[in-house]
Amino acid sequence: MAMAAGEIEALILQGIPDARVEITDLAGDGDHYAARVVAESFRGLPRVRQHQKVYEALGGRMGGALHALQLTTSTPD
Amino acid sequence: MTDATTRIDELVRSNDVVLFMKGTALFPQCGFSSRAIAILDHLGVGYETVDVLQDGEIRQGIKAYSDWPTIPQLYVKGEFVGGSDIMMEMYEAGELQQLLADKQVAKAG
Repeated sequence: MAMAAGEIEALILQGIPDARVEITDLAGDGDHYAARVVAESFRGLPRVRQHQKVYEALGGRMGGALHALQLTTSTPD
Repeated sequence: MTDATTRIDELVRSNDVVLFMKGTALFPQCGFSSRAIAILDHLGVGYETVDVLQDGEIRQGIKAYSDWPTIPQLYVKGEFVGGSDIMMEMYEAGELQQLLADKQVAKAG
């Protein structure tokens, strides 16, 4: 089960409204993505919590419908 | 605590560095697990691995254990560090090396 890049972006934005999201389809197969998520609301949170926020936004699809998402999170400079 | 949680707890507590992964250190079965092993090997620390593909209970249980939906997962001295992306980010920033030094993790013998 694959997911469209737009769908991933929309879910992340829904969960983290202040995020800037960049999705790259790594293999061109709709199943291996890289996501870069930059959000002011990440400030002060350890990396694990930042990633958990993205996983929460994806609502349980991570590890299921979405097999491979290489995730990088940061705060705006 | 469920049976799986108890077993995970023991694994995490009895090993300084433990990686829950798909496959083994010699034969990782997934690109993310493979990357995690490459980082640990590069750091030169001793570590244990648990192949979740051999144990369905642990495979499910580990996701709930740290509220983390994916595998691999790295634990150092009983504490959840993160998955392979976090390991890579920390490694590149020198933070993983620092964490291992701070926690006095022994180099691989």
